[in-house]
Amino acid sequence: MSAVEPAEHQAANVSQVAEAARSGMPVEVTRSRGSTIWTAIAVIVIVAVLFDLPRIVYSGTTNLLVDFFFLLIISSMWNLLAGYAGLVSVGQQAFIGLGAYFVLIAANHGTSPFMAIPIATAACAVAGLVVWWLVSRLRSGYFAITMWAVASVCELIIIQISSLGGGTGTALPGLTSNPTYLDAYTYWATVVVAVVGLAGIYFLLRSPLGLVLTAIRDNETGARSTGSRVARTRLVVFVVSAAGCGAAGALYIISQQFVVPPAAFSVSFSAEMIFITIIGGIGTIEGPIIGTIIFFTLQQTLSHYGVWYWIILGIIAMAVAIWAPRGIWGLVSENFGVRLFPVGYYLWPAGESPRRFIGGKR
Amino acid sequence: MVWVSAIVQGILVGGLFALFACGLSLMFGVMNVINLAHGDLAVIAAYLALGAVTVTHVPAIWSFVIVVPIFAGGGYLLQRTLLQAALNRSVLTTLLVTFGLSVVIENGLQQFFSANSRALNIGNLITESFSIGSQITIAYLDLGILVVAVVVLLGLQFFLSSSRHGRLIRAVADDREAAQIAGVSYRHVFGIAAAIAFGTVALAGIAFGMYQQFDPTIGTDQLLLFAFEAVVVGGLGSLWGTLAGGVLLGVAQQLGAVYNAADQMLAGQLFFLLVLLIRPSGIFGRKETA
Repeated sequence: MSAVEPAEHQAANVSQVAEAARSGMPVEVTRSRGSTIWTAIAVIVIVAVLFDLPRIVYSGTTNLLVDFFFLLIISSMWNLLAGYAGLVSVGQQAFIGLGAYFVLIAANHGTSPFMAIPIATAACAVAGLVVWWLVSRLRSGYFAITMWAVASVCELIIIQISSLGGGTGTALPGLTSNPTYLDAYTYWATVVVAVVGLAGIYFLLRSPLGLVLTAIRDNETGARSTGSRVARTRLVVFVVSAAGCGAAGALYIISQQFVVPPAAFSVSFSAEMIFITIIGGIGTIEGPIIGTIIFFTLQQTLSHYGVWYWIILGIIAMAVAIWAPRGIWGLVSENFGVRLFPVGYYLWPAGESPRRFIGGKR
Repeated sequence: MVWVSAIVQGILVGGLFALFACGLSLMFGVMNVINLAHGDLAVIAAYLALGAVTVTHVPAIWSFVIVVPIFAGGGYLLQRTLLQAALNRSVLTTLLVTFGLSVVIENGLQQFFSANSRALNIGNLITESFSIGSQITIAYLDLGILVVAVVVLLGLQFFLSSSRHGRLIRAVADDREAAQIAGVSYRHVFGIAAAIAFGTVALAGIAFGMYQQFDPTIGTDQLLLFAFEAVVVGGLGSLWGTLAGGVLLGVAQQLGAVYNAADQMLAGQLFFLLVLLIRPSGIFGRKETA
């Protein structure tokens, strides 16, 4: 493998590799490392265990995991949007709420709620396309608050539709009355959506599109100047993120078995996705996973302190955003050179030992 | 006649929206910061006014004498510490930090003041009004808020165009590097701009507290969106645009309410999205500010 554009932020020893590339020395490139093989094995084992879990543990545990995976899905989708495409939204709850209500509409017409999950996902992708047409010109704070307004509009419209329960909410019809089966089905559906969602993000980032996304993340002007199709890439990411949040919303209404507009379109979903992603590490796949584990643990231990839990989380998130902007996972991967998901590249001068350039502190 | 009345009420409430919006507009124009905690700051101001009335027994109308200086000072401090630290990272970081601040404030208010609705007691003023013809009733309070809004915007306009600090603020907003070369400490100027923005949002919060009941969540649920929508509709870079944006938003809401009381919010939001779609730089904005 010969020299390519040095993906500078990825290389552990940037200056030496860049110098080697400039002086015409060949540079070696790889995506996979020893740690990624372990990740692959671990992922297979974890997914297998997760699928078997309803047969092993009580439904209390799987119900907790439903909440966990819901948070993981929405924060991963927010991370894709903000961490890679540079689009900070505080209105992704628009798609969570729409996903929930699309399931309700399908169920009202006799579709099984579980079969309605892919329908809601596709419908939210279409909704994402429409919203993107409206917001695609906006950047930064304009984009963030306009998305919030979009979520508010969706909520205000749904409130007025009495067949969907209006402002007082309604129960989701068509669910099995056997609680054991219902819990297990809900859990399996959640695991499937989480696995498909994360795998989708992983393969998206490994695709040529992922290269453009990584370039936007690191330097948008640079990405544009090399001819990357920034606008089209943002469109794809926005639609994927809308669909992912829609699927999460579908899971939300199924696990709650009830939906009411202020809860389904609550801005606290945004708070959850943002805090999880910032604390875990924005702009990495691992970040939202670590973040969800931390957030979930705090939620379980601090929940009886009421609002204090939100105050503490908000302060932690602000501190991390300012003083450790790459989050907890950023600290880990910087110090130990670990990356679990091989979506980037490692570079080192040909003939040298890669160990000198990969891993360890910069 | 119902329509005319709605338009009049819309214009009156539009002054309040403009009062909310000018601080947001100033901070965005000068520092490129969209303060997502802007609405919550207004709610804090309303609670502070409530506290000031309880402790010092001043009439609620005069509580701004206590609250506005506190807010201006707090704004300067917050800008020099937390917001500047976020700005040093990136503009996206300021969004994340102000969002975090918003969540902290909202939950902090819930912790200390409970989720119950409160109101600033202004006695008979709340109901006193005069009539024009048989249909149009104008409350003194609403008219007073509109007058305050116009006076504040006039004062701000005068300050920015004529005073030394106003010139510094405009210089830093136009070209920070050039201002720095000329020896301006842009951090201090940012602090002053934040102090003014916080002062105006405090006034807006107190006015809102007299106008209707408030609770800890109303800052994020309504006020931030109203302020932002007024800014966008009017267009950045012009305080008169902000006033016009607030008035247009108020009229759109009141006209929606005529059609159906439940449509008041929705009409305002749809009007905002429509302006964004047709003229993203705002009705009175310059083209490049989109």
